[in-house]
Amino acid sequence: MSLDIQNSEDLPLLQVSNTTKLYGGRIGCKDVSFDLYPGEVLAIVGESGSGKTTLLNCLATRLTPTSGSVNYRNRMGQMRNLYEMSEAERRMLMRTDWGFVHQHPADGLRMTVSAGANVGERLMAVGARHYGNIRDTATDWLGRVEIAEDRIDDDPRAFSGGMRQRLQIARNLVTAPRLVFMDEPTGGLDVSVQARLLDLLRGLVADLGLSVIIVTHDLAVARLLSHRILVMRHGHVIESGLTDQVLDDPQESYTQLLVSSILQP
Amino acid sequence: MTERVETQGISGEHYNFAYLDEQTKRMIRRAILKGIAVPGYQVPFAAREMPMPYGWGTGGVQVTAAVIGKNDCLKMIDQGSDDTTNAVALRNFFVETTGVDTTTKTKDASIIQTRHRIPEENLTKDQVLVYQVPIPEPLRFLEPRETETRKMHALEEYGLMHVKLYEDIAKFGHIATAYAYPVMVQDRYVMDPSPTPKFDNPKMDQMEALQLFGAGREKRIYAIPPHTKVVSLDFEDHPFEVTKFEQPCAICGAEEIYLDEVILDDAGNRMFVCSDSDFCEERRDVGHVGHLGTNPLEAEGND
Repeated sequence: MSLDIQNSEDLPLLQVSNTTKLYGGRIGCKDVSFDLYPGEVLAIVGESGSGKTTLLNCLATRLTPTSGSVNYRNRMGQMRNLYEMSEAERRMLMRTDWGFVHQHPADGLRMTVSAGANVGERLMAVGARHYGNIRDTATDWLGRVEIAEDRIDDDPRAFSGGMRQRLQIARNLVTAPRLVFMDEPTGGLDVSVQARLLDLLRGLVADLGLSVIIVTHDLAVARLLSHRILVMRHGHVIESGLTDQVLDDPQESYTQLLVSSILQP
Repeated sequence: MTERVETQGISGEHYNFAYLDEQTKRMIRRAILKGIAVPGYQVPFAAREMPMPYGWGTGGVQVTAAVIGKNDCLKMIDQGSDDTTNAVALRNFFVETTGVDTTTKTKDASIIQTRHRIPEENLTKDQVLVYQVPIPEPLRFLEPRETETRKMHALEEYGLMHVKLYEDIAKFGHIATAYAYPVMVQDRYVMDPSPTPKFDNPKMDQMEALQLFGAGREKRIYAIPPHTKVVSLDFEDHPFEVTKFEQPCAICGAEEIYLDEVILDDAGNRMFVCSDSDFCEERRDVGHVGHLGTNPLEAEGND
């Protein structure tokens, strides 16, 4: 590991300061600030309508914040304000350095082209022009997300919900991104499939040293995957800290309510 | 080539020269000039209703109407042939509305309007080739949003085009796209040559003639100026290849040209003949004969 990389690991990858998104008079999210370090997994939890997804979209340049700034450290080590970059640079980030895993795989996949092409798309978008190499990489990635090799030429339409979600993850990780945004990646999956997906995600995140911002309303997902947690309510971050600390010893009354409302089987 | 023409067509008082009014022609010429200035870029234009259905070549007709002058000589081809329905109908349309000379000889024409084919004979700097285009957007089948495809063109995000070619190889073992094969124009814009067979793609590269493309329903005009680089997209390990034919033309014996398959009877007999009917006629005029002779219907085994 070179000196440069060691240095940049001590510095935040993403710096969010006072990010606010207003929908007219209504608050989407307000004055959210945090730093995200390389290799760190941050969970954003809260009830439906608390502003989790709004915040995520603001960070992922899918929604322009009303005020505040979001800075990202690129591979050259420069801190750049996302909303002062050109659209071309932002879109380039989205398909190289970043990934976005949607709750519904159909939003993140091209449903009309084969699984192999779905995984290969990002490679072709950054200039890969050798069919054999693209296919080999796609095969490798399908294996890593536990999709059988002989399904490479099938459309995602022929896949189950769990397989689609794994395909979406492979499609995002193929360009070795540094930061992945996930919006309820386990939503809509049954419990056993969820468990396998979480296991897979945890392995990949650790192996690749990814930084992840994951939005979930499922505290079990947050506990299993994340290092740190932000609890949101009515657009505000009401509590934040290490995941185990917050979930084991919640300070805010709302967080206490949230933790105590988990069903114990 | 064009000049302001006050006189009216041979049918007299009914139509302005070349059917369109002068303001419309000016509007279309502005779009054409912009297209020439930015090779491969799709210029939106206010396509008019034409007295023929969409799909008959309303885009090409409007482009031709905007550039044609009294002294032009027009050749009209459809699938390479001068005497199929679309060619005959559109040629008569311009005879009616302009009174210009028409020809079937490629080298005599100053404007050639085509559906599908580029003539086999090399075009020259004094000629204009006008294409009729049904769907100008090469990214359309993978990206249905117009806002998104425009952005992709603007930012040169063309990875998606290779996704289409990847799918071809994954499904068929080779790039099976045989027409509307995407090209990169002057290292900048990916362009759909529209329904021309990929056999003709190499002819577009560095062509001496001006190439104009008109899509009436989609209201787009684009252009390739003379001597412009046009490269067909491909993969390093699956390079672009033109269609190859196993036999020469049945009636003129020409090789390495584009052939049409013609069914001869109900017994499964068929022949392959030049798609470019003028090219075939010229060869037969100077004495070339194919293996089925000058009249295949009288050839042995075809009675």
